[in-house]
Amino acid sequence: MITMPMLIEGEDVTKYFPIKGFMREIARVHAVEHVDFFVEEGETFGLVGESGCGKTTLGRMMLRLTTPTTGNILYNGVNIYDLKDHDLKQFRKETAMVFQDPYSSLDPRMVIADVVGEPLAVHGMAYGETRDDMVLKIMEKVGLKSEHMYRYPHEFSGGQRQRIAIARALSINPKFVVLDEPTSALDVSVQAKILNMLNRLQRELDLTYVFISHNLDVVRYISDRVAVMYLGQVVEMGPRDAIFENPLHPYTQGILVAAPKPDPDARRDVALMGEVPSAVNPPPGCRFHPRCPERKEICEREMPELVEKERGHFVACF
Amino acid sequence: MMEDLLVVKGLETQFFTYGGIVEALDGVNFTIRRGEVFGLVGESGCGKSVTALSILGLVPPPGKVVSGEIIMDGENLLEKSEKEMQKIRGSKISIIFQDPTSSLNPLFKIGYQVAEPLIYHEHYKEKKALQEALQVLKDTGIGDPEEKIKNYPHELSGGMRQRAMIAMALACRPDLLIADEPTTNLDVTIERQIINLMHILQKEYGTSILLITHNLGVVAEMADRVGIMYAGNIVELTDVHTIFHNPKHPYTIKLQKAIPSATSVGQELEEIQGAVPRLINPPTGCRFHPRCDHATSVCSKVKPREVEIGTEHMVACHLYG
Repeated sequence: MITMPMLIEGEDVTKYFPIKGFMREIARVHAVEHVDFFVEEGETFGLVGESGCGKTTLGRMMLRLTTPTTGNILYNGVNIYDLKDHDLKQFRKETAMVFQDPYSSLDPRMVIADVVGEPLAVHGMAYGETRDDMVLKIMEKVGLKSEHMYRYPHEFSGGQRQRIAIARALSINPKFVVLDEPTSALDVSVQAKILNMLNRLQRELDLTYVFISHNLDVVRYISDRVAVMYLGQVVEMGPRDAIFENPLHPYTQGILVAAPKPDPDARRDVALMGEVPSAVNPPPGCRFHPRCPERKEICEREMPELVEKERGHFVACF
Repeated sequence: MMEDLLVVKGLETQFFTYGGIVEALDGVNFTIRRGEVFGLVGESGCGKSVTALSILGLVPPPGKVVSGEIIMDGENLLEKSEKEMQKIRGSKISIIFQDPTSSLNPLFKIGYQVAEPLIYHEHYKEKKALQEALQVLKDTGIGDPEEKIKNYPHELSGGMRQRAMIAMALACRPDLLIADEPTTNLDVTIERQIINLMHILQKEYGTSILLITHNLGVVAEMADRVGIMYAGNIVELTDVHTIFHNPKHPYTIKLQKAIPSATSVGQELEEIQGAVPRLINPPTGCRFHPRCDHATSVCSKVKPREVEIGTEHMVACHLYG
């Protein structure tokens, strides 16, 4: 296997959100804590986990939409939080995000031509008729037609709105796109179309994706490498097949067994007990130890580090 | 064979909007037997939830059940007055909704909300009803139920709220529990817990379940028999093994292939051409024909009959007569 150059790299990334009381911080949400990761150029990097595990916060930090409390995120080897002026603009031109809910991420008062063309105007990349031509070209790429250009978002179905959101993200011809649950609000038949389209666009436009989802089947289908998050931390990271066929972390094993499978004869095993603890007051030691079927004494005291157990397959567990 | 609990025949529900008549249900037939889980599967807008609301007599205006029969215990529910239906809802038939957050009343404690159907239907005194509510909550596996009955809904997590909803629905030991997307908003590990819980309670309480979902995984795990809905019709109805291992209707087959799975990695997913039709002016004949690979001229003209092609295997498609 040829290793691709790294496009995005995170070093010990931490994000706390303060909870404010009367004129002071009374507690903090440990949204992301001590996370290391890397994304290789041209790949699809899947980020899975349950709600509140920090996957969206991590995705936003990769695009400098949220500032980490501590830690660095490098894009092509440069810390994105040190970028200024021209370099920052260039970074914004090369990156884009598609949000989860296509019903709230599109401005209801803008026609589609403006929704898709706005990033071009913001970056001064095209105006007037050239802009309209570019908009039409990208709309055709995502399966929209020219007659859709002057319609409003409410005239479209969920699947088509997600196409519009994707067209908007791709209008500036980015290299790196973070997709936050892009198919969660869609029916399976529409989801299949969007997933096929994302794969095709990646090949055509040489894109690198970070694909955030709670749906294990979807992540398995689309990703080259996968990171599993639990309560603000990456517990396991590695090539797709290693994660799904040979999961090493008890949490990964737990969610793989728990997911309902469309096969009436599938094995039904016992689920993980309990619920995800609050991120305001996470358990000491390994975050997962209160629910872990294989916990040892050390798990309650020390936080396991993410270490490479097999080639390219990292796990944080004692 | 198990006894029939609820028989739905030729159910047609329409919504009379300013834009025209929406034919949400176009002659739906199915039977729920005692003690079974009947799964109703389909994509959004196919009429799953309208079916549930029709059974409960809760179709919101401008919607109306225009024809058909819903028979339970030898009586047609559609002929009952609102007052009689109020006695049935919550005692003989109850429902749990997708979103437990918006279906619990934020102003009442959990204990009271679970006890309320007992006070209303069984005329229990409040104290006795609360004791019974505590027992039901214990059955749903809520941790520390003595504390939880004094909590308000916002103090519980999503999984706990769904457990409380289930307790409320089961308090009067109904014959039929309608579960409308019971696990859709929950995380996988919690979803697994709720599925297991519903299995256990169904055995213990002997309740039949009408499971409404778009998730084929949940259906495969829970249902005994399954009906696949498309645009207001049940297009295929059979036991859960046949649906997954030997599906016959083109829509059922395509729907299963559209789900990403271990075997589809690296391949294109099967797409169903076109989009779900609007039901204000649905396609003539078979409502699936504009999207079907096997459509012939008859499909656009004649609505397919429901044909028995095997033991307990119904398909509504011209390919099968």
